[in-house]
Amino acid sequence: MNVVSLVRIALASIRRNAARSLLTILGVVIGVGAVVVMVAIGNGAQAEIAAKVAGLGTHLVVVAPGSSTRTGVSGGAGSTDSLTMEDVEKIKKESWNAALVSPVIQTFTMAVVGNVNWRTRISGVDVSYFDIRSWGVSAGRVLDEADIRTSKKVCLLGATVARTLYPDRDPVGQTLRLRGIPMEIVGVLEAKGQTAEGTDQDDVALVPYSTVRSRMAGRQFLGQILVSARSAAAVPDAVDEVRAILREGHRIRPGMDEDFTIQDQRQIAETAQGTTAVMTTLLMAVASVSLLVGGIGIMNIMLVSVTERTREIGIRRALGARRRDVLAQFLVEAVVLSGLGGVLGTALGAAGSVVVGWLTGWATAVTPGSVVIAVTFSAAVGVFFGWYPARRAAAFDPIEALRYQ
Amino acid sequence: MAPVVEIQGLVRQYQTGGGLLSALAGVDLVVHDGEMVAILGASGSGKSTLLNVLGCLDRPTRGSYRLAGVPVESLDDDALADLRNSRLGFVFQSFNLLPRTTALDNVLLPMLYDRDGRFSDPEARAREALRRVGLGERLFHLPNELSGGQQQRVAVARALVTEPRLLLADEPTGNLDTRTTLDVMALFQELHRQGTTLLIVTHEEAVANYCSRAITMRDGRILSDRRHDPGDAAADLGALGPVV
Repeated sequence: MNVVSLVRIALASIRRNAARSLLTILGVVIGVGAVVVMVAIGNGAQAEIAAKVAGLGTHLVVVAPGSSTRTGVSGGAGSTDSLTMEDVEKIKKESWNAALVSPVIQTFTMAVVGNVNWRTRISGVDVSYFDIRSWGVSAGRVLDEADIRTSKKVCLLGATVARTLYPDRDPVGQTLRLRGIPMEIVGVLEAKGQTAEGTDQDDVALVPYSTVRSRMAGRQFLGQILVSARSAAAVPDAVDEVRAILREGHRIRPGMDEDFTIQDQRQIAETAQGTTAVMTTLLMAVASVSLLVGGIGIMNIMLVSVTERTREIGIRRALGARRRDVLAQFLVEAVVLSGLGGVLGTALGAAGSVVVGWLTGWATAVTPGSVVIAVTFSAAVGVFFGWYPARRAAAFDPIEALRYQ
Repeated sequence: MAPVVEIQGLVRQYQTGGGLLSALAGVDLVVHDGEMVAILGASGSGKSTLLNVLGCLDRPTRGSYRLAGVPVESLDDDALADLRNSRLGFVFQSFNLLPRTTALDNVLLPMLYDRDGRFSDPEARAREALRRVGLGERLFHLPNELSGGQQQRVAVARALVTEPRLLLADEPTGNLDTRTTLDVMALFQELHRQGTTLLIVTHEEAVANYCSRAITMRDGRILSDRRHDPGDAAADLGALGPVV
């Protein structure tokens, strides 16, 4: 008996019991469908995060004031005021792989327009900030060199701030008060949405760093230094250069802990993607359980089918089928059944992915890999759960089987 | 050439609740090519057990059985299956066709298990076998679309299609009325004239009358073994007159 005729026998038998076969494979259909949808959602979420991380800026390297052990207690990142404008100047001058550098001085304050107050974050930045973060304006202009040089009282509003303070007016050209100082609004930033951690990136007002330093905060230390590497490939080199420059500038001897931390975009992405990977794995585990339950359903029906077809087994044995032929017949039938379930489930999962993608706006993607895994796994379920019923069928005594009513 | 069936001192015992039961208690039997043998007996006479052993579905407890020269008692399960496939054809009382399967596919069934590649064009053979039993026009009918007589003809075609050395029939007319019984017996006689060796287990004297040899069994032994001139089933069928 070759595989082709075994599959033909299996298909004929499945067709003879079309309704029951369909119900039998329903569990596998749902299981495979769930796996395919879960993988698609996982892929979509990962792509979404990748896009958000890319939105942070191209080839971005973030330097933050970092854990200092000078007092014997290790603080977290950002716990010390260790970064200064001198560091920025040094990086600009000495690092070859850092194309753009911008300080970020952060402070929180009240933005006031007439009788409306809105507490927001103020970032004092350099001209290059906009290129580093690839952040453009939806109205007005970005900061220019003259703004920085003269510590001009100008600002750009994030989309959230602009919408809140000027719900029905164009903010460009208007004046608002930040920490009591009147500032002219020269532009509105494009909406960037939330970070992977859920912070609203559009709830911000950007001001020349020189203005923040001279007029707004007593703070001379920097919250962050943003660096853009010359290319994606240059990111590791840029990180190394910046580290060397800062260690030298901060007089940190070899072996001593640094008082700053450097993160590149890859690390940020990895952190975010790690979270979704865990989620996807969990969802996959749930989906796999339903596939398992589907397999048990197949075993159940195959056992019923074997009993029902005792006489058929007797006839086949009388006509010359070996035990192994009967075993192969029922095993192939179980595999064809569950494989069919796999194919239908994949179709269902693909359709489900499209629906989920449409509802969430995520780029859910059914990959060939997930289809191959789903169908292979379901066929394996067929072999595993088809084995016991097939063994029972093969063990029948032909005389008893022929006499079975 | 060796006889089709050569049985010596055949014993088949079963372990039952009430002790050892000897369904066959020493049977000697030789059947030659071209014979048409009836095995008669009441239920419990051992004729079904004999048929199971003859059909290589069961192994004797003692004694020897050679089918076409092959010693059956020493074969394993797979070899018995192959022997059934290559040397034997079965016709059963309840037809035993696969349900919801066309006549043609039913007749194709034994050739599916042929391991020697004896048949180059199974489908042509199956069509020819169905034509031989007069069902050339009903190849794609399902069993439930056929009368009892027609179903038994499909079963005969299935038994014939592999050209077996011996065709075994177990109460082939047990579920049929008089007219259809004569019809099937006429078919068997026709096959017999064409050279097929037949062995028919029955409890009907009328059926035995159409065979050239009748063996009667009782209590697991052969009571009588007689040869006679068989009746002509086709003529008797004609004498019944047309269907009313």
